[in-house]
This record gives sequence, C-alpha cells and structure tokens, in this order.
Amino acid sequence: MSLFRLEPRGEASKTMLYATPLLAVALTLASGFLLFLALGFDPVRALHAFFVAPVSSLRGLGELALKATPLVLCAIGLSIGFRANVWNIGAEGQLTLGAIAGGGVALAFYGEGAGWWLLPLMMLAGIAGGMLWAAIPAFLRVRFNASEILTSLMLTYVALLLLNYMVNGPYRDPDGFAFPESRLFEEAATLPILIAGTRVHLGALFALLAVAGGWVLMARTFIGFQIKVIGLTPQAAGYAGFSQKRIIWLCMLLSGGLAGLAGVGEIAGPIGQITPSISPGYGFTAIIVAFLGRLHPLGILLAGLLMALSFIGGEAAQIELSLPKAITGVFQGMLLFFLLATDVLIRYRVRFGARRAAA
Amino acid sequence: MDSPSPFPPASQPSPPPRSSAPRLVLRGVTKRFPGCLANDSVDLVLQPGEIHALLGENGAGKSTLVKIIYGVLHADSGSLLWEGEEVTVADPAAARRLGIGMVFQHFSLFDTLTVTENISLGLDNPGPMKDLAERVRAVSERYGLALDPGRHVHSLSVGERQRVEIVRCLLQNPKLLIMDEPTSVLTPQEVEKLFETLRRLAAEGCTILYISHKLEEIRSLCDRATVLRGGRVVGACDPRRETARGLAEMMIGTELAAPVRPPQAAPGAARLQVRGLSTRSADPFATNLKDIGFEVRAGEILGIAGVAGNGQAELMAALSGEEPSADPDAVRIDGTPAGRLGPKQRRRLGLAFVPEERLGRGAVPEMSLADNALLSGYAREPLVSGGMVRHGRARAYADRIIGAFNVVARGHGAEARSLSGGNLQKFIIGREILQRPGLLVVGQPTWGVDAGAAAAIHKALIELARGGAAVLVISQDLDELFVLSDRIAVLFHGRLSDSRPAQETSVEEIGLLMGGMFGNGSDGGEAAGNGETARAV
Repeated sequence: MSLFRLEPRGEASKTMLYATPLLAVALTLASGFLLFLALGFDPVRALHAFFVAPVSSLRGLGELALKATPLVLCAIGLSIGFRANVWNIGAEGQLTLGAIAGGGVALAFYGEGAGWWLLPLMMLAGIAGGMLWAAIPAFLRVRFNASEILTSLMLTYVALLLLNYMVNGPYRDPDGFAFPESRLFEEAATLPILIAGTRVHLGALFALLAVAGGWVLMARTFIGFQIKVIGLTPQAAGYAGFSQKRIIWLCMLLSGGLAGLAGVGEIAGPIGQITPSISPGYGFTAIIVAFLGRLHPLGILLAGLLMALSFIGGEAAQIELSLPKAITGVFQGMLLFFLLATDVLIRYRVRFGARRAAA
Repeated sequence: MDSPSPFPPASQPSPPPRSSAPRLVLRGVTKRFPGCLANDSVDLVLQPGEIHALLGENGAGKSTLVKIIYGVLHADSGSLLWEGEEVTVADPAAARRLGIGMVFQHFSLFDTLTVTENISLGLDNPGPMKDLAERVRAVSERYGLALDPGRHVHSLSVGERQRVEIVRCLLQNPKLLIMDEPTSVLTPQEVEKLFETLRRLAAEGCTILYISHKLEEIRSLCDRATVLRGGRVVGACDPRRETARGLAEMMIGTELAAPVRPPQAAPGAARLQVRGLSTRSADPFATNLKDIGFEVRAGEILGIAGVAGNGQAELMAALSGEEPSADPDAVRIDGTPAGRLGPKQRRRLGLAFVPEERLGRGAVPEMSLADNALLSGYAREPLVSGGMVRHGRARAYADRIIGAFNVVARGHGAEARSLSGGNLQKFIIGREILQRPGLLVVGQPTWGVDAGAAAAIHKALIELARGGAAVLVISQDLDELFVLSDRIAVLFHGRLSDSRPAQETSVEEIGLLMGGMFGNGSDGGEAAGNGETARAV
C-alpha cells in the first residue's frame, strides 16, 4: 500500500489554479538552495546574488523590464494560439525573421537622412517578417494537416541560418573588418529610451499594449470566444459554425507578428545593430512564460518578469559566483518542471495513508 | 446450480428469509463522491435464477451501485455478501473470479481484431486461440447468440458486437450477469432474441441484474424490480404487476404527465427538402449516405429511425452544414438552396439544430451556461455587436432559457458539465427553440434523459411543430418516435426508406425496416453490400 495517493476532485480547484505557480516558484527556490549547497556555495548568498541583487537598483529594474519585453510580446501571441490548440513552438524563428526584416529596412535607409517614419516602417516590416514565417506552418497545417509543432520548430533553425547568412553577407558592415555584424543603426532607426538611466525602450510600451489587447481579445470579442471554444471542444466549434481554419490562420499570424515585433524591438533597442545572436532564446522561454502565466495576459506579464529575472540572475551568477551559463537554463527548467508537476493538484487532491478498506 | 426460486410478494422492501443463501446481498452500501451522495445505505437482495431490474432516473445511483458490485468502485461503508459470505471485491478481476460478469453500455472492443481475439483480451486465462474459438462457437450456439469467431469486429453490427461482450461473460460461467442498458442500440427483433437468451440463462440458475429505464422491457422481462431515487432504495415491486406509468412515477417520485399530441393541422409548405443527398467520406469506418430524399412540412414532425451507425451521424452533419454538400439543391431550407452553406448561414435561414452528443458538441463542458447560450445563439439572437460579445445579453438569454424550460442549474454561471443530462438537454433544446426556428433538427432528443425531462422535451417539440415549424427527429428509440412523429422513415446502411404515417405502421414493421428489409428483400441486401464496399475503400 502506498503512503499517499491522488484522488480526483469533483471540480477543478480554482485556488490551486492560482496557487500552483507560486508553489512551483517556491519549490524552484528550495531546489536552488539545495543545488547551491551541494556545489559548495553559501546558498543564502548565492540565491541573493541570483534573485535579489540584480534588481536592487533602478538600472537593475530597467534591465528586468528590458528582458521581460520580448518575453511578454512573444508569450501573449503564443498563449492565444495555445488557447485554440494551435501550438506555435517557433516564436524564436519568427522573432529572428522580424529582426531580419525590420533591420533590413533600417539598413536600406542608412545614411539617407530618414525621418520619423523610419521606425514605424521598421516595426511594420518586423511584424510582417514574423507573420510571413508563421504563415508557412499555418498553410501546411490548414492545407496538409501537418503538425505546426514540428514545422514551426524546424523553421526556427532555418531562420537562425538565414540570419547567419545575412550578417555574413548582405547585411555585413562594409567598414567592419569582416566581422559578422551590421552597421550600428542611426538615431532615427533606434527606439527612444522611456526612462533615463535605464535601457527601457518604447518596446516595453508595446508589450503592455499587447497585454491589454490580448485581454480584450480573449475576454470581450467574439473571435476570442471562438478561440476558446475551438481549444476546449473542436466538435462544438464545428457545430456552432466557427471556422477552425480561419482561427488557425489568425492565431499563427498574430503570434508570428508579435514575435516579429519583439525581434525588431531587440535590434532597434538594446542591440542597435544586427548580430548573429539577437536572442538568448526569448522565443522558447516565452512558451514557459505563457504556461506559467496560465495563458492569461496578466499572468503572462508577471511570469515574463519572473523569467526575465532568471535571465539577469543567471548573468549575475556567472559574474559573482563564476557559475556556468547553463545555470539560467537549470532554473528555467526547474520552474517549468515544478509547474507541470504541481498542476496535478488542480484536478487531484493528495490523500495520505492507505485506501480505506473496501466494504 | 440452484433452481429458480419462487418470486417474493410484491411491494416489500426486503424479501422474507429463505433457506438457501441469496446469491448476493448488499447491506447499507454507501458511496460518496465529492459533492454528491451517490449511494445512500442501499440494501439489495439478488436470488439465484432471478432477473432483477434496477430502475432509476439518470443520476439515481444505478451505475455507481453496479460498479461497486463489479469492483470498479469501492463502497465507503456497507457490506457485500456473496452466497452468504462477506466478501471484498477489490477489482473486476476479483469479481470475475467470484462469478460476476458485466456487459457495459459502451462496448470495449477493438475494431481491427477478430471476435476471438477480442474475447481473449478480456479473459484472465484465455488459453490457445484455436480452443477458444471452439468454446466461443459452442457457447454462442447454446444460447442462440449467432456469432462467427473469425470475423473482424468492424464488420459486425451493433447487436452482434453486444453478443461478443455477452459471450465473453458467459465463457466464465457467471452466476451473476450485470447488463447495463443493453437494448439501447438494438432493433426490436434483436431485443426479443436477447431476452430469450437472458431467460434461458436465468432458467439455468444465473442471476441477472438488468439496468434500464425502458419500462415496457422491464415489465416483460424481469421478475423483480428495485427502484432507486437520489441514491436510495425507494421501493421494490414485481414489475409484471405494475403499469409502465406506475413504475415511472416510482422512479421520478411525482405523477407523470404524458405528452398530449394534438391532432395535426393540415401540413403546410415544405420547409426542409432533401433531394439526392449522397456523401463520400474519407473515413473508412463512416457510412456513406446514398441518394437520400425526404421533406418535412411546416407543422409536422418527421421521425427517422435506425440502429446507430447506419448513417445518422453523416445525415446530421449534412443537414447542420458541418459537412456541406457539393450540390446546392441537395438541401433546401424554406425553398432556398442550402447544400453548400455552412452551419452559420443555414442557421440564418431558420435552421436550429440539436446534436446527438450534448456534452462535447451541443455544449462546451467547461463553459458557463451563458457562454453556451452564445454558442449557437449568436446566429439569430443579438448577442454580438461589432465583433464584441454582449455578455450581459448572453446571460439574460441563458436566464430566459433556464426559466422557460425549468432547467435545474445554479444559474447562468454554472458550467455545462455540472448539469444532469436531462437538464443540459432541456437547456440545449431551449436554446434552439427560443431562437424561433422555422426548422429544427434533433438527434436523440431524450437519450439518457430522465423521464421527467423527457416528457418536457417531447412537449416542447410537439408545441414547436404545432406552432408552424418543421421538426425532424433522428432517434434510435422507437417508443419516442411513435410518441412524437407524424411520419416515420428508417435509415439503413446509408439509405432512407419511404416514410409512413405513424398511425398506419407498427413497431414490428419499423423494426423490420431497421434490419434492412426495405420493400423487396434485394434492396436491403444491396444496401448491405454497398456498406461493405464503402468500408473496404
């Protein structure tokens, strides 16, 4: 007989729905504590260096917002697709295409004294680039019923290779001693800083708008209702006359567009040029963000900030504690693992002791 | 084996003590689920050789009780005495070792395996396949359950599939056979054959626990009946001495108002016309429709009978617009060609639609009733404007449905899955009827619905038709079709028979049509042949 067992709940627990992300964070911290202890660090000091020190200054908070911006933008788009059972895993590639397209516009008008219209044009090009990349898996799914999970993921690697080709070829800075990087963008092609003394740029505002827009879409519009019905019960959607193909297109283009916007925001913001590595995996981490935030826009905002903290904490841990870069991935992985594990509690409750003897 | 015992006197909660131990005694069996008491101190005595009916509305606790007997669930308290000895049934394997067999309502068979292979999967020690095939043949012959052990299950009719399940149980020489709603998928002739088998088993001393809500069947088959309501035993009787109406009233606890069908006024213009409707499905297990033609006029109810799997799902999809037809004239709604239109446009033309699966097609289980009101209500009610959902109006619409159709629910915020089958069905039918449709298509309107809700649903459908709408009912329940319909047609292997006025036909005639005897014998045979080809493609 087992020590404890799981008993199904009659109805999903609303409390646990919101409690499990917190529980997952707590378990991650506890595991981190043990991990640091096993590695021979003072765990309190190490966790402080990882999670507290980086955000103890205005500059640190700015970095937090800076990292959260692309995460939130990508995750909002992905979450809407996930609600409709459209599994776009390729936000990283769509983000890359957004950077390639938006950056291309910036470079095309380099040195021609472009006006205020250059930035909006770059943003639109970035969105279009992300949408184009997402349109491929959307078409394959709708036309050939090919799994968008595989196609969107594989296109990510195509996008990264394309970026590599571009920075080694057409985009390469002619005065850059053959380094695989583009020119630094001009002032007109750079996003304005929102808060002096930080690197927080206009893109953060886009992220907040995406949060609000995502909420309105899902909570208020009929399209959002159709997305939810398709995700929960596709047969009911067919019965009601909602077009699944239309919703697949919509979700893929929306998530691709937002990822593309995140990509152009990175190169027109903190990076300021096109380099071979524009994203430390924002597009993939956004998947964790979307689930950690319960596919709800406000939850995603909080989860985005938390994951951003894991990025900058990981960097701080590399510097302060000389830990390898993998520490970031370890913490992100633990967080997702514990979240999925504790999600069981939403539908089941734990009972200790053996099962009561059957009558 | 014991010989059949004399029947105890009617209307007594427990039979008098007798010399031989009863086969199974349940004492004070209680089972609680989160938020509901499914069985409340249930006492039940089953004698050797009796056919004992377990009667009750949906949610009365019948399924829970038999699952406890079969070891699928465990009682919170109470005891089970098997042939006089207290036992613990840990799991179904333990139940089978005691000699308890169960035929579930939903079969668990693999389409791509043969009869023998399927049976061997359900046995604890099947032995060599060749010997097993012999035993299958022997048992099926002995009990008149014609079955070819070598055939693949996908080529069997539903009635034959049920025989596989029964033979599987009989191979273990059960002393108690539990049958859960066994006749819901059978033609009247198949039902009669099943009853012969069950009577023979009982005569040999096997106890049969028969769960059903079809009162006429219980009256013709069973020796005793125990009635459950709200998880408790509310009565026991000899069903042969009761009227169906009396049994129904014991079940629901109040008097039952049978629906009255006022004489039909002269039927009006055809509101639904179907001509030459054929389908070719990519799914090899689907039934293709072949040249279906019929019409439903204003003010009348047309019933379509047939055993499940003869094209009902395909016909429903073709009518709702989920599977549009290539020919615009194949389906006409109020004269407008609608064959190529999708569900939304057809709804705008006046079609309302109640699918067979109420949870998972007709309603989204996890969504509130307000959201479920919006699910189909958006097409004809002002619930959406400028792309935005008017949540206030959707809630008000849900409230109107709940009020007008006496839906028992916590209000418009209740999740659809929290409703009982009957109440959810009333909600869905209410949602469609309140859109004032010119044409209503309903699949299995009262399948698994309690008697009270079924009466309310029948009344609503009749009123809708008498108000000038055309109503099409596709059902496997012949009693229901005879209560509702002005005309009845039969679907068999994707073909539709000519319709007959309900007063001029009989259950027997419709039953023969359901078995494929269309007019001349060759027609049915040919249809069957096409069915085989369709599957082979």
